[in-house]
Order: sequence, then structure tokens, then C-alpha cells
Amino acid sequence: MIKKTSLYNLHQKNGAKLVEFAGYHMPIQYKDGIIQEHKFTRSNCGIFDVSHMGQLFINGQENLTKDLENIFPVDLKNLNINQSKYSFLMNDNAGIHDDLIITKINDGYLIILNAACKDGDFKIIKEKLKNKYDLKLDDNLSLIAIQGPEAKIILNKCISGIDKLKFMNGGKFKFKNYEVFVTRSGYTGEDGFEVSIENKFAELFVEELLKLGAKLIGLGARDTLRLEAGLCLYGNDIDVDTTPIEANLKWAISKNRIDTNYPGSKIIKDQIQSGVNKIRVGIKPETRVIARGNTKIFNQDNKEIGKITSGTFGPSVDHSIAMGYVENNYANSNTKLFLEVRGKKIAANICNLPFYKKNYVKGEINV
Amino acid sequence: MSDVKYSKEHEWIKLDGDIATIGITKHATEMLGDIVFAELPEKGSSVEKDGTAGVVESTKAASDVYTPVSGEVVDNNQAIVDDPSKINNDPEGDAWFFKLKIKDVKELDSLMNKDEYDKFAKESSQ
Repeated sequence: MIKKTSLYNLHQKNGAKLVEFAGYHMPIQYKDGIIQEHKFTRSNCGIFDVSHMGQLFINGQENLTKDLENIFPVDLKNLNINQSKYSFLMNDNAGIHDDLIITKINDGYLIILNAACKDGDFKIIKEKLKNKYDLKLDDNLSLIAIQGPEAKIILNKCISGIDKLKFMNGGKFKFKNYEVFVTRSGYTGEDGFEVSIENKFAELFVEELLKLGAKLIGLGARDTLRLEAGLCLYGNDIDVDTTPIEANLKWAISKNRIDTNYPGSKIIKDQIQSGVNKIRVGIKPETRVIARGNTKIFNQDNKEIGKITSGTFGPSVDHSIAMGYVENNYANSNTKLFLEVRGKKIAANICNLPFYKKNYVKGEINV
Repeated sequence: MSDVKYSKEHEWIKLDGDIATIGITKHATEMLGDIVFAELPEKGSSVEKDGTAGVVESTKAASDVYTPVSGEVVDNNQAIVDDPSKINNDPEGDAWFFKLKIKDVKELDSLMNKDEYDKFAKESSQ
């Protein structure tokens, strides 16, 4: 059976076009459509229901930190309480099972997992922790992302104090009298927050945000926003056949963990030292043609050198944009390549990521 | 009343003498969402009834555009290539796709009138 999030009725009331995504009824767009929703998020404040994602709580103290470091390539010892890091669950070949956000909390860790991966991740993590800890994939919690330049002002009216949070930091706050956990993070390239709230209060919370001028945004715009921001979509841009180094995400491997053990650590170390054969890059076609996932990439001599993994039209950059993997020697920016779309070769160029970068005025966001 | 005919692939066709103007229906644009790319048949090329005659892409997916009748392409609408959002704004007016010098007027006989199409569109989207 297809599952519903706690905002299902609210989505319908707001004219959502619902589709099945990772086993859930999710809004792909509302009445305004993807482009307007995208632009509204960039200029104002968008609300995203991401309750399909997994919220995994693991209870434990110092031993847990040590045991989790044997699973994730991230420095958890030096992580402050309420601080978050982006990381990966990998197999022994450094292939990515999932990408995730791990936050240290008072009594352990909170890990945010992709919806399609969460049940598999749970099994892997539970097995690796050898039943030593209490693990809970909490279905009683919704996850609401509030993103955009006005997010801080609007959200602070509902949840006082969140404006003091630094990027990739979180904390417990109150919405009315209800406890919520808020992190300053997101998937749009904008300033923003993610609010973990009990299912029974989620609709009330979103209604309040709507009254304050924020708008509901669907998964369609979430995809164009993240692609402009150069962020990977699990299952498209990264999967078990790619490593974090190939995905150009070396920054997410903590430096003091490179010489230590975790699944795939030998391969990660080797790839950092010796380089990789293929690497993820940004690509801009020279025309409006959209190069979607699996589009073949050729060099100037008509030799196949890679594949597109995500492609769309970027409403804020007003250009067709894509990401994909190319052989390492074609990864320099402005390298000319060709994309095979419907039998025709379309000229394109390697482009630095992100395609869209916000100029943060106050310098408080460290992206 | 209406001299516009419709295909099951959600194209509309309006005949003026032996020149047919062809585009996609409002219903089609609503199904597709925001259109961000359009590719049209070249002037002077020939197209066959029910064959591919172009492509539209929304932020979500690519869709072929078919021609409901055969003929020679005598014009295409460069304005929608330059600004594909025009297709969402006025699909059955200014945002026509291409014009054909038609081969056989009888090919229009199998197409639907407005009432038939509206009913078809409603049923096919359920």
C-alpha cells in the first residue's frame, strides 16, 4: 500500500498533483507549477514536505560514537552536540548505499536517510552495531523543510530563536507548546531549516507558515533547486556503483578519518592518493535541449566518455543544466563535449558546480 | 460550429484551404506542466500522419509531438522555440507549432471535434 504523510490532506487541499515516490503519495507540484514554485523559493520562502525521509534515532554515548565511526567516514568525536555532518553509508567497495545527514544529539545520534533507502539502511546499520544500541526509525515524526531568503524571518515567527542557529547546527525549540527539533540545513542552495515535528502537529504548523506568506513547494521544484545548487540525488547521481571520491564529494570525508577503518576505507584512501577514472561534473548544453539521465557523453573525436545522471532546465540560471560522470581527463571546466539527445549530438561544456550560488549578505552561512 | 479538430495524441488542427495549423491542446499542456523546450519540424520537410513531428519537454519529462495529418511543413513557430513558456500561456492560439500543406483532406475525417475531444481528454486523464 502507498503510504501517506501527515500532510496528505493539506497537499490535496492546496491543489497538489500527487505521485508515488519511494512508496509515498508525494506532491510533485501544486497549482503554480514547478517554475513558479522554484522561483518563489529562491526569492521568498518555500515549504517542503520531506516526511517520507527516514529519521533514525540511535541512543548511546561514547561507545556509540566509536562504533558509528566504524560505519561512517566522518569525525564524530569532535562533533558538538546539535552539530550536523553530511556523510555516506558505504559498502566494502566504497559504493554508496545512501547519503545522509548525521546530527549528534543529547542521548545519541539522529540520522536523516533517503526515503527509498531507509529500510535497507536501518538493517545495515543495526547489523553493524550488533544490537548493542536502541535504534528507532521514527514514523511518528514529520519532517518539514523551510527554504529561501525569507525562511529565517517567517520560521522565527512560529518557532522563536531559530534565527540564532548556525548552518549545519540544530536544537530543540518550541512550536506553541510542542517540542520540535530544528536544524539549519536544506537541499535547495538557499538558507533554510528542517523541522522535525510530531505528526499530529505538522498540519497546524504548516498552516501557520502558509498564513505568514510561505508557500508549499513540490518535489519537482525540489529537484530543479537541488540541481542548480549542484547537489546529488541518490539513485541518479550517486549509487552503489559510485564512490564519494568519484562523486566529487571528497570534502565530506573527514581528514582525520582517511587513515582509519570504515567500510570502503581502503578504496577511498587509494582513490584520494591515486585519483579516479571517472568523476562527477556539471555540464551546460549550448542550447535549450535538456539532457536527462543516461544521456551519452562524447568527446570531440566522437568517443564515448561518460553519461549524464541528472538533467533539467534551471529556472534561476535560465539554462539547460546537467550533471554526469566523465573520464577524468575531460573534467576541467570549459572542456567541450557532445551529448547525444534523440540521435543528435548537442554541443555542451563542463561547468563548475554549483550552477547557482547565493550571495549571502551576512556571511553567517558557511556553504 | 468549431472548425478545429483534435487527435488522440492531444494535438489540435485547424484547416484553412489546404494549409493546416497544428499545435498541442490546453489539456496536453496541463498534463505536461511547465514547458521549457520545444523542437519543431524543419520547413520543407515532409511528415506522415501519426508520425513524430517534434518534441516538447517540461521540467519533468520529454514528450513527442505527432502530426494528425500528412503533408509538407510550410512554416514553424520560432517564437515558441525561443520562449517555450508561450506554449503554456496560449497553447491553442499564438503558440501553434507548425503549418502543413496537407496531402489528403480525408485524413481529418477520423479526428475528433471539440465535444468528442473534451470527453476523450476527461476520460483519458482519469
